[in-house]
Amino acid sequence: MEIDPLIFRLSIFILSIFVGYYVVWSVTPSLHTPLMSVTNAISSVIIVGAIIAGLSGNSDNVFNTSSIFGFLAIALAAINIFGGFLVTQRMLAMYKKKKKGK
Amino acid sequence: MISANLSAIFYLASGVLFILALRGLSSPETSRQGNLFGILGMIIAITVTFLSTGNFSTGFIFVLIFILAGGSIGAFIAYRIPMTAMPELVAGFHSLVGLAAVFVAISAFLNPEAFNLGTPGNIKLGSLIEMSIGAAVGAITFSGSVIAFLKLQGIMSGSPITFKGQHPLNAIILMSIVVLIYLLCSTQSSNLFWILLAVSFLIGFLLIIPIGGADMPVVISMLNSYSGWAAAGIGFTLENTALIITGALVGSSGAILSYIMCKGMNRSFFNVILGGFGATEDATSNSTKEQRPVKSGNADDAAFLMKNASSVIIVPGYGMAVAQAQHALREMVDTLKKNDIKVSYAIHPVAGRMPGHMNVLLAEANVPYDEVFELEEINNDFANADVAFVIGANDVTNPVAKTDPQSPIYGMPVLDVEKCKSVLFVKRSLSPGYAGIDNDLFYKENTLMLFADAKKMTEDITKNL
Repeated sequence: MEIDPLIFRLSIFILSIFVGYYVVWSVTPSLHTPLMSVTNAISSVIIVGAIIAGLSGNSDNVFNTSSIFGFLAIALAAINIFGGFLVTQRMLAMYKKKKKGK
Repeated sequence: MISANLSAIFYLASGVLFILALRGLSSPETSRQGNLFGILGMIIAITVTFLSTGNFSTGFIFVLIFILAGGSIGAFIAYRIPMTAMPELVAGFHSLVGLAAVFVAISAFLNPEAFNLGTPGNIKLGSLIEMSIGAAVGAITFSGSVIAFLKLQGIMSGSPITFKGQHPLNAIILMSIVVLIYLLCSTQSSNLFWILLAVSFLIGFLLIIPIGGADMPVVISMLNSYSGWAAAGIGFTLENTALIITGALVGSSGAILSYIMCKGMNRSFFNVILGGFGATEDATSNSTKEQRPVKSGNADDAAFLMKNASSVIIVPGYGMAVAQAQHALREMVDTLKKNDIKVSYAIHPVAGRMPGHMNVLLAEANVPYDEVFELEEINNDFANADVAFVIGANDVTNPVAKTDPQSPIYGMPVLDVEKCKSVLFVKRSLSPGYAGIDNDLFYKENTLMLFADAKKMTEDITKNL
């Protein structure tokens, strides 16, 4: 009997929760704000679903109800991706060590 | 067009890169590289999606246009936002993830063929369950984050909004969501799908309105977690490994942050979520205050005390963020250091309006991160320090948390500020903090109250040093 592919996805999901658990506990508390902004950015990988939705219209009619929602989702996710990564970058650039010999 | 197997491998790679992105945050040195891993993972995921659809017609152009449009808005916001507004920004971003999840779910529901999920009215059961969970959680994330955003932005009052029968109502709505998902899956009715979305938007709104301003660190972390679970739900629907991995990472990340924040306040997660904290305490505390004498001083006195100290510990709080006093504070500290005074910063886990809020502000003001310490690291040092400079913090220093079991904040870990030889308290008035309780520290023999705007006071002290 074959295993339902869902089980594999569920395994990936459960294991990723554990990976997330250990990785996040090792994040230093002073970087918790960048952690939130970067998780925000990466959760916008939902844009892959939005792109599939946006491309679902045929070439004569790019816009149907379903693809319009896809396009809107693309724009929202893109705000998050660019905004999230850039603001994280901006924040992380500010964390500096004490200058020696000052 | 690339094969499904190959694209699955690339999605896995981008999932791994996202893990490395979070891993990088374990120290400031590796964090910037981590962020680049994250960006790389995102580029891979998007490119692979284009390649796997193999559709480079008119639709592709529009996709690019929408990415660029959203991207430029995002980039513009990222460069313009002041660091003090970071909690609002993050809440706003969460709402967008939630809404995007809802839109993707709607799109998949209307046109399941595009996602290989069956036909309208006959969607595969598993996919429909995943889709509706993703949509419901996404909707809750959206409306909840909007409320959090409005509260943080000050458009909506930060005080808890409670009404009679609130909790039973929420419980009924939450149960109805479960029932709706069940019915939706058995009937495939599109009406039920829309009702499900509407009810989920409503509950997100209702869940956040009773939660007060200073509990926002928990709320933001919780919504962070929700946005992850929503993404994971959609990931299952789309059978996409990158989304499933990311959803799980973000979901557990937000959950851990919520846990840390709750622990920082010694309150259970449910206590925070049920809300209404601090709304009822004012009446009792008002009667006893004002009668006790306090010593208040001016910038001159404060400068004198600090000049004669050999070590100073600074305790920043939300008030520093409000007054935008971080730069003035750094200048004051620079002057102190020139006089060979040892200065360090003590940060309480729930200081500010989001996890790590104070650290970012201090980093913005060019404070080296190795001078900034967490509660456990520095709490023993107060006893050996000469001056504690409390700027914009209150409840997190209240010794009553250690002494009075009756107090609502009893058991909350607090900074042992009172052990310092002298305490300087920059505050606008004697009003109690968020928890609505009086701070004994105000009336202590060795406490000097500095009633002023945090920024102005720090600047004045610097002049007097």
